This record gives sequence, C-alpha cells and structure tokens, in this order.
Amino acid sequence: MSEVAPSAKEYIVRTKNLVKEYVMGGQKLSALDGVAIDIKRGEYISIMGPSGSGKSTLFNMIGGLDKPTQGTVFIDEVDMAQLDAFELAWLRCRKIGYIFQTFNLIPVMTALENVTLPMIFAGLSTDDAQMKGQKLLDRVGLGDRLHHKPSELSGGQQQRVAIARSLANDPGIILADEPTGNLDLRTGKEIITLLKQLNEEQNVTVISATHDLKMIDVSDRVVWIRDGKIERIENREEIEVRVGQMEGEEQ
Amino acid sequence: MAAQAADKGEIIQRQIMLPWRRSVQMSLNSIFVRLGRSIITASGIFLGTAFLVSVFTQTAVLGGRVHLEASEAARSIWLVVMSLLVATIGIVNSMLMAVTERYKEIGTMKCLGALDRFVVRLFLLESGILGTLGAVLGALAGFLVIAAISMIRFGARAFAHLGPAMVLRGQPVPLWIAVIIAIILGGVLAILAAMYPAWRAAKMPPAAALRVEI
Repeated sequence: MSEVAPSAKEYIVRTKNLVKEYVMGGQKLSALDGVAIDIKRGEYISIMGPSGSGKSTLFNMIGGLDKPTQGTVFIDEVDMAQLDAFELAWLRCRKIGYIFQTFNLIPVMTALENVTLPMIFAGLSTDDAQMKGQKLLDRVGLGDRLHHKPSELSGGQQQRVAIARSLANDPGIILADEPTGNLDLRTGKEIITLLKQLNEEQNVTVISATHDLKMIDVSDRVVWIRDGKIERIENREEIEVRVGQMEGEEQ
Repeated sequence: MAAQAADKGEIIQRQIMLPWRRSVQMSLNSIFVRLGRSIITASGIFLGTAFLVSVFTQTAVLGGRVHLEASEAARSIWLVVMSLLVATIGIVNSMLMAVTERYKEIGTMKCLGALDRFVVRLFLLESGILGTLGAVLGALAGFLVIAAISMIRFGARAFAHLGPAMVLRGQPVPLWIAVIIAIILGGVLAILAAMYPAWRAAKMPPAAALRVEI
C-alpha cells in the first residue's frame, strides 16, 4: 500500500455552491440548489435520496460528465472548469472510474476487451493491458469469463466487469451511480461487498449515488439529499439501522 | 495547465492516445458485429458506384464503334451525379442512425477517457472502410454486368477496341483509370457523409449521451 505523502490533499473531492438548472418546456427546473460537499481520500461515501433528489446530477457534476450552471468542483484541489479537453479526458481515464446502473459495457467487445480499453487510452501496450485486465477480472471473480461478451453475462457479472474496468488505471476515485439498481437483492449485496473490499484494499475513494439502503452498512458517511439540497450528513455510527426498515425506501 | 495531484504523485497530464492499429481493429469489429446494418450502409455506395462504372464501361465499349452524341454524354453524367447524390444521402441517413443507436457507447467511451476526436475517428474509419469496400464491389458488379451484356450483343470482339470511358477537360480517360476514380470517390463520399453525424455525437456531453434510452 502506498504511503500518503504529508502534503497530500486531505479532500479528494470538494464542491462549492453547486447549482444545476435545466430549462424544460419553458420552465426553469433546479436539479441542484447550492451543494457543498467535502469528500476525504479513501472514504466510502454514499449519497442517498429519493428519485429526483439530485443525486444523479451531483454524480454527473463530480464526474465531470456535465457542467454546473454555477459553482465549482475540485478534484484534488484542481478546479474542473479550468481543465481543457485533453486534461478532462486524462482525468476520466486515470483518476476516476465510473460504474453505472445499466453497466454500460461496450456490447461488441469481450469482458477482457472492455476492461483493457481504458488502459489503451492510457498508453499501455497490448500485452501489459491484457495481463493487468486478466488480474482485475480474476479479482472480481470472473477469471474464467474473459472472452464472454456482455450479452453472455448475467447482470451481476456485467457489473463486476464494469467494476474491474473502473479500476483499470488505478484511479483514486470510483464513482458509482446506482450500482445495484438493476440487480436482485443477493447480487446487489455481493456487489456492495466487493466495492467495500476494494475500498479497503486499495484505498480508493468510493462515491456512490444510490437509494439502496443496503449501502448504508458499508459507508463511512452518508449524505442525505432532497430536492437538490443536502439535508444532513451522517457518520455511519450515528445511523440507526432498524431491522424491518431495510427493504423499504426512505420517503 | 498542469496541477499537483499528490495521491499517486501524478500531475494531471494531457496524454491520451488511441493507436491507429487499435482504431482500425475497433472499427472493423463494429462493422462485422453489426453486419446487417453495415451491409445496408454499404449498399448505397455499392449501387451508386455500380451505376457509375456501368456508364463508364458502356461508354468505353460503345466508344470504340459508336460516336456518342454530346447530349447523350451529358445526360449520362447527369444521371450518374444524381445517383451518387442519392447514395451519399443514404449514407448520411444510415450513419445518423448508427450514431444515434450508439450514443450510450459513445458516452461510455468518453467516461473511459476517449477524446472527441477518437470518437469521430472511429466512425469515419468505419464509414470509410464500408464505403471503399462497397465501392470496390460495386465497381466490379457494374463492370461485370455491362461486360456480360456487351459480350451477348457483340460477342468477344466487344472488348477489342475500347474507347475512353469519359472525357475530362478534353482529355480522354481510359476505363481502368475511370474505375479507380470511381472507387476513390465512393470511399471519400462515405467519409464525408459520416462527418456531420460523427462530429455531432462526439460533441455531446457524456451525461447527455448516457441519458439516451433507445
């Protein structure tokens, strides 16, 4: 495990006054209304809220997938808005790994090809990429399915490939948008366990936007978001988890 | 602008690459996995080039024995230009569809670090390969059809005296050069036709591209 240098930035992601407004059908809709979050390096943080609360929008802002109307996002104290196209691409390639609800694997490529694609962008040779890709797929438990296409894999297996892919270039951040949204209860638990293991093993920060309450157990902190604003931020110890409420959704 | 990022000791750099061999591999892969769609896209250029080359061959065969009227030659040119325009519009439409179907794929690739120009490159390669392939096969088909008809009409002597396939700025152009021009034209038109759809798709912010549900 690499030692964190004394001058290392404590906060890997910081947002200030994040605002995102849409114009739809002549009406101005506010998806995010002044969100400020500080996320520590190595943390496992879940952003939770009902549908339409703005968690996916926040996910897009942090991941540089969309530009905010107002406000700033700092990745490692670097203002994302100041980055040009190359630097942004580099950031997405090397610093952030993305996981989506719909897995988003490239359908025409095998699992191994999917996992090694970001490595190609990063400049790895084909041999190095294949070796690394094989190791990653072994780690997530799919060592025997390297050459299967996504259509030949179950939902849980596809998400594992997506997780392996997100780790392709040893990123500092894994950004997950509803990673268990399309998975059944048991598979969802497996994925959450896998994410927590990787978070602890590799000290990679996991930021997960979700409304799956199973995620609470493994999170260091939980950010509750509603109507584009942060309601409260709780440490894991402060959260009461009552058996019998786990299956429902917080309203 | 480089900035200090201390967690892995890495400065935010600008180096992102996609080797050309890989691009060609990926484009070929896309073509073969979606073979039906690829055939439809290529058939526009196939038919356009077949028609063009058939007109060339016809002119060359007849030119050796029949003097073509200027007006007839002009009408042939007009027909050919129209058919190539139709073929190109067909490709633009086909590529627009292909690109729209793959918005999610494009958005995902950008999340993995692909630059806009990589996305454009992949689509232009795909279109160029399909266009050139379609043009080559079309040229072959156009030539063979006219050759067969000519053999039937004039027998083996049909190809004994070949005239020019066309007259370009006063210079007669032999058939084989005209065919090569036709093939190159097919490939180039396919690439031009794909430019707008590919560029438009590459420019979308990843969030918008990923939101699309087909």
